[in-house]
Amino acid sequence: MSFQILLNLFLAFLWMFLSSNYSVSRFIIGYLLGLVVIIALRKFFKSRLYIDRVWAVIKLSVLFIKELILANVSVLTLVVKPKLELQPAFFKYDTKLTEEWEITLLSSLITLTPGTVVVHVSDDSKSLFIHVIDSNDIEETIDSIKNSFEKAILEVSRT
Amino acid sequence: MTILANILVIFFIVAGLVFLAVAAIGVLRLPDLYTRAHAASKSSTLGVMCILLGVFFHFWLNENHFNPTILLGVLFLFITGPVGAHIMSRSSYIAGVKPWSGTVRDDLKLEIERMKKEQNIK
Repeated sequence: MSFQILLNLFLAFLWMFLSSNYSVSRFIIGYLLGLVVIIALRKFFKSRLYIDRVWAVIKLSVLFIKELILANVSVLTLVVKPKLELQPAFFKYDTKLTEEWEITLLSSLITLTPGTVVVHVSDDSKSLFIHVIDSNDIEETIDSIKNSFEKAILEVSRT
Repeated sequence: MTILANILVIFFIVAGLVFLAVAAIGVLRLPDLYTRAHAASKSSTLGVMCILLGVFFHFWLNENHFNPTILLGVLFLFITGPVGAHIMSRSSYIAGVKPWSGTVRDDLKLEIERMKKEQNIK
């Protein structure tokens, strides 16, 4: 992936030298043309296109912000309700992710999700221990973590 | 144009104040440390972020002063907020803070006991 970005920068500089015009706009044009070349030659690269991964990162950030706002609205309704209806629980969640940065990212995503906080990561980093504020829907929470966050993170890290 | 800018600024600052108030009420009302961590980690992160964004838009749109330091502050809070909540609740669980009596299920207890036995900590 970093090789493709370097190649794209190199092509942009090449375009600047070819037209002997060293301005920012010329660099941007060269970068876009280099991007077209890289997309055209994608079957010669071993890893997938880097622009694909950039898109996955953007999708993950949008998910992050959406979950943060939803989490705050749910905490707001919980706290403001006249009668507290809590059923806190600690449960174990087994994750498929292997890299350390992926697990860190998943834990901060879970902490910002409605009603869940990661308390402990096991030593072999295969399972997360999550404190949930309303244990009626543990299954649902597990499903939503698996289908949205883990999928989005795997989408970023896939080669 | 200034009216739109002011609406944006006021919206962000009011939203931030509401979320900060919710965080404070949550810390007072919820029964134990772990449920308080929910209110403190989420609401205060978003509240401070909203207020910083409101300040940023005020100086950018009304005073014509673009200040990227505020945006860096927002990013920093976004990254460190959840990690702080995680570290505090984890260290208090290991130090032996009991969860609230209404806690329904506790998978973590066995894991921590096993870990302490392995490392010979009482």
